[in-house]
Amino acid sequence: MSGVQDSAPTPMSDESNLVRALRARDPAETERFVRSQSPRALSLARRFLRNEEDAREVVQEAFLSFFRSLDEFRGQAALSTWLHRIVVNSALMRRRRASNRLERQIDDLLPKFDETGHRLSVGPAWAISADEQLATQELRDIVRRRIEELPESYRIVLILRDIEQLDSEVVAEMLETTPNALKTRLHRARQALRTLLEEEPSICPRN
Amino acid sequence: MSSELTCKELIDFLDDYVAGAQTAQARAAFEAHLSICPECVDYLAQYRAAPRLARAALDGGAHAAPEDLIQAILKTRR
Ligand SMILES: [Zn+2]
Repeated sequence: MSGVQDSAPTPMSDESNLVRALRARDPAETERFVRSQSPRALSLARRFLRNEEDAREVVQEAFLSFFRSLDEFRGQAALSTWLHRIVVNSALMRRRRASNRLERQIDDLLPKFDETGHRLSVGPAWAISADEQLATQELRDIVRRRIEELPESYRIVLILRDIEQLDSEVVAEMLETTPNALKTRLHRARQALRTLLEEEPSICPRN
Repeated sequence: MSSELTCKELIDFLDDYVAGAQTAQARAAFEAHLSICPECVDYLAQYRAAPRLARAALDGGAHAAPEDLIQAILKTRR
């Protein structure tokens, strides 16, 4: 614990020291970094890619290009944020090769209002509550399929903010957008997912 | 001048309400509307439920990465 001399190198909390060590290919620091960052990187990649093989390849590629681009790193973001951004971009690029025909138009998924500001086509209350455990695999599959129907730019934001629960500044930086634009997009993504889930008879009856 | 919100005005700023990122006056106006509008109460519940259901459906967060993946990454830096 504290105060005890340790023969192992001390963890480098200072990011510029870490960058220097990674650039110099310091084996211990590199391994520490890869071990600490790979679980999150892999879970991120899996969010966008269903195939486990694809997810692992993307993570491997992402670490490669991360290390390759270390020389250009000027501390503009946290190292982990920077790695996550590469992972997300690589995953999305791979995903685009297999185009998604399920996607719907965002405008069709947002609520409509009359001229007095009343919501149109109001459905009944849901048969499922917010803290539902999604006990059945069937229900999980239904929700997953509906998430796939979100337009990509909205699905990404929902995944990074509401599922991965990354900070909005981090995600804005990752997607090279402004916090305000991100906020609007997340709000729409949640509304669109609400509409998609409402189409499910097992979630919203009377359908 | 009316301080009453329409359903649209409420729904447009539901993210701020859910995040608790409103002024006390705005929050009071939202709560006044919700106390008389069951449709918006339902909408709010569903708006909250949607991301939670998504999280539940996509559970299984960050587990340890497989050792062969870690070794493959490290190999490129040796
Ligand atoms: Zn209302």
